[in-house]
Amino acid sequence: MENLKQLVNAGLEAVAAAQDETALDQIRVQYLGKKGVLTAQLKSLGQLSAADRPAAGAKINAAKQQVQDAINTKRTLMASAALRAQLASESIDVSLPGRGQNNGGLHPVTMTMERIENFFAQIGFSVAKGPEIEDDYHNFEALNIPSHHPARSMHDTFFFDDGTLLRTHTSPVQVRTMEQQQPPIRVICPGRVYRCDWDQTHSPMFHQVEGLLVDDNISFADLKGILHNFLNVFFEQDLQVRYRPSYFPFTEPSIEVDIGYTGANGEQKWMEILGCGMVHPNVLTASGVDPEQYTGFAFGFGVERLAMLRYGVKDLRLFFENDLRFLSQFG
Amino acid sequence: MKFSEKWLREWVNPAITSDELVAQITLAGLEVDEVESAAGEFSGVIIGEIITAEPHPNADKLQVCTVSDGQTNQQVVCGAPNARAGIKVAYATLGAVLPGNFKIKKAKLRQVESFGMLCSASELQISDDHDGIMELPAAAPLGMNLREYMQLDDQIIDVDLTPNRGDCLSIAGLAREVGVLNGVDVTPPQMAEVAPQLEDTFPVKVSAPEGCPRITARVIRNVDITQPSPQWLQERLRRSNIRPIDAAVDITAYVMLELGQPMHAYDLDKLNGSINVRMANQGEELTLLNGQTVALNEDILVIADNEGAIGMAGIMGGDSTGVSATTRNVLLEAAFFDPVTIAGKARSFGLHTDASHRFERGVDYALQRQAMDRATQLLQSICGGDAGPIIEQVSDQHLPKADAVVLRKQRLSSLLAFAFDDAQVEDILARLGLQLLHSDAESWTFSAPSWRFDMAIEADLIEEVARIYGYNNLPSTNPVGSMDIPAKPEAKRPTSLLRHHMVSRGYQEAITYSMVEPGLQGKMDDQHTPVALANPISADMSVMRTSIWPGLVKALQHNQNRQQQRVRLFETGQRFIPSPDGLQQEDVIAGLICGPRHPESWHGKNDSVDFFDMKSDLESLLALTGRSAAFSFASAQHIALHPGQCAAIYKQDILVGYAGALHPGLQQELGIQGPVYLFELNLAALTEGVVPAFTALSKHPEVRRDMALLVDDSLPVSQLQDVIAEHAGDYLQQVGLFDVYSGQGVADGKKSLALSLTWQHPERTLNDDEVNQWFDQVVDAVQTQYAASLRS
Repeated sequence: MENLKQLVNAGLEAVAAAQDETALDQIRVQYLGKKGVLTAQLKSLGQLSAADRPAAGAKINAAKQQVQDAINTKRTLMASAALRAQLASESIDVSLPGRGQNNGGLHPVTMTMERIENFFAQIGFSVAKGPEIEDDYHNFEALNIPSHHPARSMHDTFFFDDGTLLRTHTSPVQVRTMEQQQPPIRVICPGRVYRCDWDQTHSPMFHQVEGLLVDDNISFADLKGILHNFLNVFFEQDLQVRYRPSYFPFTEPSIEVDIGYTGANGEQKWMEILGCGMVHPNVLTASGVDPEQYTGFAFGFGVERLAMLRYGVKDLRLFFENDLRFLSQFG
Repeated sequence: MKFSEKWLREWVNPAITSDELVAQITLAGLEVDEVESAAGEFSGVIIGEIITAEPHPNADKLQVCTVSDGQTNQQVVCGAPNARAGIKVAYATLGAVLPGNFKIKKAKLRQVESFGMLCSASELQISDDHDGIMELPAAAPLGMNLREYMQLDDQIIDVDLTPNRGDCLSIAGLAREVGVLNGVDVTPPQMAEVAPQLEDTFPVKVSAPEGCPRITARVIRNVDITQPSPQWLQERLRRSNIRPIDAAVDITAYVMLELGQPMHAYDLDKLNGSINVRMANQGEELTLLNGQTVALNEDILVIADNEGAIGMAGIMGGDSTGVSATTRNVLLEAAFFDPVTIAGKARSFGLHTDASHRFERGVDYALQRQAMDRATQLLQSICGGDAGPIIEQVSDQHLPKADAVVLRKQRLSSLLAFAFDDAQVEDILARLGLQLLHSDAESWTFSAPSWRFDMAIEADLIEEVARIYGYNNLPSTNPVGSMDIPAKPEAKRPTSLLRHHMVSRGYQEAITYSMVEPGLQGKMDDQHTPVALANPISADMSVMRTSIWPGLVKALQHNQNRQQQRVRLFETGQRFIPSPDGLQQEDVIAGLICGPRHPESWHGKNDSVDFFDMKSDLESLLALTGRSAAFSFASAQHIALHPGQCAAIYKQDILVGYAGALHPGLQQELGIQGPVYLFELNLAALTEGVVPAFTALSKHPEVRRDMALLVDDSLPVSQLQDVIAEHAGDYLQQVGLFDVYSGQGVADGKKSLALSLTWQHPERTLNDDEVNQWFDQVVDAVQTQYAASLRS
């Protein structure tokens, strides 16, 4: 049995010296295999008395276990060293850019329209659309702008030979909505509009979002409330807002809304931001809504103007050049 | 309208500053666009007189003047050609400071000393006139400060009046409004009826009383208009942007500015027989005061004498009968022309005059006699002469009626969400000139003043009450409504979803003009004749687009010209397609890709995009509907696209769009670097999706078999797949394509396709025999229909 201790020590030394998995496996076979030297020790048990056999057997098994444990530990160490080496070889520069398409981006006009639509959708407005080539009736007559009304000169209109025209505002969509639906009406009408005017601050095509609310007992106070609320949410500021009497043939009273800002010298200044008003009774009547029963308000935003203010764009023309260096700034 | 604040304050002078006045009228709906000083900032400029003017010894263009300030004489060198002895001038003395902080010091000009400077109007920023030095009236008092003499410490207020406020196109009207806003009295200058010195009249007739319900006229004899109108009058005209012409014309302009009544002065001796207000004869010619000769239509109201038209009523007088320096006898005219008759007529002749501007909006129909007396008074005091009595033709029947308008108290308070005191409402409306005809517990009845044309219905009065009370003083609340949730069908795909999807696929959204250049459009769409604008803003925006492609292609050009090689753009919007059923305004989505497949990167090879890059984007878009299988691509021809790389896209059997490579010929012609791939799809085909319906998952294994088929190169794979699906039994799940090969080992004109077929039964495991049977059926079918052979 002296031999057993030596055998174990020799085995442990061999394990410690093993360089790779193959060497380790050879050691396992040499010591613990069917013909292994430690396994052979068990065969010698037969020479012992029955009384001594269990103790001696336990010793041999413990010796085998000791070598097996050493092999297991070494194998784990080797595996983790190998894994470490593999991982080290697989490391990458994570700061390199990824593969595939970049994101594109929405046009700032669309972004602005979507924001406006989303705000009003939250309070129950739905989106209505309509044709861009309109008839005179829906663009003017039904909006209380008979031919030769001086207000027509406020709308530099593009005409077609058949008397149709490019809508000068999205108000005809409001008319078309009222023609098809009785109050309560809560719609916003986003879209392209056209005026025959082109300079630094005018584009022959631009975008509006108009809104219309017609219901029982809608008042001037409601109009003020909803618009102030909207402007605060849109600009994410507690804005100063003022309301100025104005004139649109399709609303009465008519209002222009200004927002306050501080000028370069610290002075209070005002900037016109939108037009609105209580829907003119003639407009309601023309579209089949009883102005005695219902009242309503309408408002209209110039989308480019809001986008310019919101995103700091200074030149209107940039919106329609579709220059990628411009477009890509709006994610 | 521009006006002098000082002039307004002569009429009404509330105790508020200029800034407050400007803010106040702006908030009353008379929006002030601009306020400018009547002159630049300067001091030390007085009225001088040139005593002598001699040529400068050393300079051709200079003169050496002796200038008197009334007490002493100084030598001043002056370069103005109109400097001459005897005229009164604006004399900047030593120590004067001119606009721009320009200090006047003793100077030597070409060796001659100069003690001061003679100023032009532009140097003092009084007007743009820089043709020589200012010439002041002979009566101007020597030595007087010019600012004081010309009342230059004044502001010019430019108010942008809305079309309903024609009543404020005068000092009187503005003063009335300011009086109401401040609760102060208006104090007009002394105006009295003129007692006629003559009995002379002139025959005035109105054949078109509906267009001219009232006309007044007056003969004034022996006037002298050889002298210009007085400096104070000219200065007021100037501050309202009206150029002085002669005394008679200036006086009519002055009365128009003061009272709002456009007037006309005829040379009485040039009038033939009588005047008549009538509709023009078709084609009747008239030479206007501006020298323009127009051919009139029957809907134009004219003033005519026995020879023919002598003026377009309410718009512009004629050249033949106008006053001139030699005029001795005048006929003044002041009329009320019906706004509807006048409206739009000036514009139809490319004209816009101060008169037409006012008559279109409505001139006070009770004002004509007063204006006639005022003009007479001014003309006599300035030009002398003897006046006859006022001649008047009036048709009461055609004058506007001051309608009785009922204002319900309940309506007023509910619409404005504010309870007014009755007295407050009555006071506001009375101050505006409305007459209270009747009142009871529920309502009032008012009639509108003759100067307001925007007070016909209840809403008009509500607006006035709100306006004067102040929009900003009225309450603000959030509206309360029923919380009905509007219907929102799940199967409907909002356009915004499609847009955001394109953005995720790397596209930038473009917005191009709906009006395009017809040439380019014709090259990209030869199937439709676009709708043309009657009044395009330019030739390259003269027709409506029938496709978004021309706009996107131009955007591509723009970007390529700016070194942007990789372009991915999309746009949604309407296209305008004429059809036998009328104009179709269709919403479409279109896209364009060009340049490298991926952004430049370290990943190595980066080919140019091809058709299948775009098709992948399209398939992804189509998949949003949840009905990918409903769409198919078929070879097609399109004028804008490469004949071998053009697909028509169908949804079931309906053509919904095209996709393909921009035709290389067109690409070259446009100077574009390609290839470029384009698509355009009807938005309606994409927004109609489905609500998903669940199918139970099978617990049983799938069986997959691959087959390699040799087919004609020209056979579209989708057709083959359709036939496979048709013959592969009921439990085929999918036909996949994992290789397309032609080249070595494959005969010319053939291609090899590697396909995978996957079956699965919902309730049991499939056995080999049945799968083999289906496989063989498929092979038979493709052999029979497409002469396809199995490749081993």
